[in-house]
Amino acid sequence: MVEQQDNNYMINFGPQHPAAHGVLRLMLELDGEVVQRADPHIGFLHRGTEKLLEHKTYLQGLPYFDRMDYMSMMSEEHSWVLAVEKLMGIEAPERAQYIRVIFAELTRLLNHLLFLAAHGLDVGAMTMFIYCFREREEIFDMYEAVSGARMHAAYFRPGGVAKDLPEGVAEKIRNFTEHFPSKIDDYETLLTENRIWKQRLVDIGVVSAEDALDMGFAGPMLRGSGVAWDLRKSEPYDVYDKLDFDIPVGSSGDCYDRYLVRVEEMRQSNRIIRQCLDQMKEGPIKHENFKISTPYRKDMHVSMESLIHHFKLVTEGFEAPVGEVYAASESPKGELGVYLVSDGSNKPYRARVRAAGYNHLQAADQMTRGHMIADVTTIIGSVDIVFGEIDR
Amino acid sequence: MIREDLEQLEARLLKVFSEAKLERTLDHMVMWVEPDRLVETMTRLRDDDALNFKQMMDLTAVHYPKREAPLEIVYQLLSVYRNQRLRVKMAVPDGAMIPTVTGIWSCANWYERETYEMFGVLFKGHPDLRRLLTEYDSEDYPLRKEFPLCGHYDVFYDEKQRRVVRKPVELPRESREPYSRKRA
Repeated sequence: MVEQQDNNYMINFGPQHPAAHGVLRLMLELDGEVVQRADPHIGFLHRGTEKLLEHKTYLQGLPYFDRMDYMSMMSEEHSWVLAVEKLMGIEAPERAQYIRVIFAELTRLLNHLLFLAAHGLDVGAMTMFIYCFREREEIFDMYEAVSGARMHAAYFRPGGVAKDLPEGVAEKIRNFTEHFPSKIDDYETLLTENRIWKQRLVDIGVVSAEDALDMGFAGPMLRGSGVAWDLRKSEPYDVYDKLDFDIPVGSSGDCYDRYLVRVEEMRQSNRIIRQCLDQMKEGPIKHENFKISTPYRKDMHVSMESLIHHFKLVTEGFEAPVGEVYAASESPKGELGVYLVSDGSNKPYRARVRAAGYNHLQAADQMTRGHMIADVTTIIGSVDIVFGEIDR
Repeated sequence: MIREDLEQLEARLLKVFSEAKLERTLDHMVMWVEPDRLVETMTRLRDDDALNFKQMMDLTAVHYPKREAPLEIVYQLLSVYRNQRLRVKMAVPDGAMIPTVTGIWSCANWYERETYEMFGVLFKGHPDLRRLLTEYDSEDYPLRKEFPLCGHYDVFYDEKQRRVVRKPVELPRESREPYSRKRA
């Protein structure tokens, strides 16, 4: 045990605690009710994904990304496919890019809804949990329609997506986007001007813009502190440069600003999805070099060559050129980067995942210092952490 | 904001570091540094107005067991003001002490802890170089190439001793790798 000084004492928060958002063990040093120091212990969900990726082909590596941040599955896949595409020097066809953007944004809604639900629950707004899960269920149905799985979709592929949208899904998504803004209004009536909500969130966990940069923040955490930085605008990937959307930015960098930023991001995502549905045209949904992407199922029944390609791809995979790339996408939690080093074989020599929540949790010490112990759950909630990605 | 060309970055880097060892990869500019000049170089990269790399997005290592200096430490830097990325690399021999960059970017803390536990790299001057993701009492460096994918130990709960015990891994058959023509 740590030597106790004066009146300070240590408490052990987690790893099994409902407000720890998974398996966070937080050692808190307290003086009365005031936090003096927080030491997060992580790694309880460490599965060695980076080591595993070194022993899998590029195609086999993809499903591991669903399990990374298991609250924003397709956004994680997006980073991986972007990295592999960059390494291979290929580009997905336009329709595939639109489909990927639609699902990346639906995933953002999925993630932010869970953030709102869990954050609300932590702070004491039980209704949010039930409201948000109602909408999440609709998005899971869309996941299921395209991939067959509600959560771990494995839908994106290097060079496109696995399958085209089934009949009726585009309409379903459009219907959803029509009524979803009114749902956001509902959430906002419950929370935004709610006196309890504001008392718990305003001026809690304030991070200045300089500190946010120093601590390596990205995504809504960085924007909440007033830095207008979004990879969808600054390093546009897929079709984001053809879409019109705004980047919400906070002013004071507290938990309340981060909440507002995420709520506005949901509205913008909704806007992006609608634009994609309007602009999307018919066309191929995967890169049509069948040495890299799997051939169409209908061809495999009649063409020997397609069958050979398919067999080669699923057993051996494709060989990537020697080189290294770093590709990042704006995942709902921030910058999710994939650093790939290839030695010319069919497996990555080194695959590194830069998790978005890692730096945010690391900053928990600076953010909680001097706050009351009840604010720790607010801060952990507003950081929006998922251990699958932090521990990898 | 539009991404500047790599040429411009190269010119600006050469202006600040006249002897910089630069290399262009598929996507980014790579700058090689020597361990003894690391802290000085990184501080200038962060503070120089022409470069302004205010963020360190990632720090990791790559293990090349056959090289003379088998570990490559890789820093990914980002300038949100110039919308520019830079990769800084450093080749170090096994067991070398590397200066820490926690004084330059505070987020380097956990990254250095992770690089230490995964590769056995020691960071000189790090405030708290403990293991982060692996078990508290682990002694392996799992991301080094000689570490087998299945690991060395399995853990079981022992009914008699009433505690978790470790046993060496026993596989019913050898683990299979995806077929590859180029075997390293």
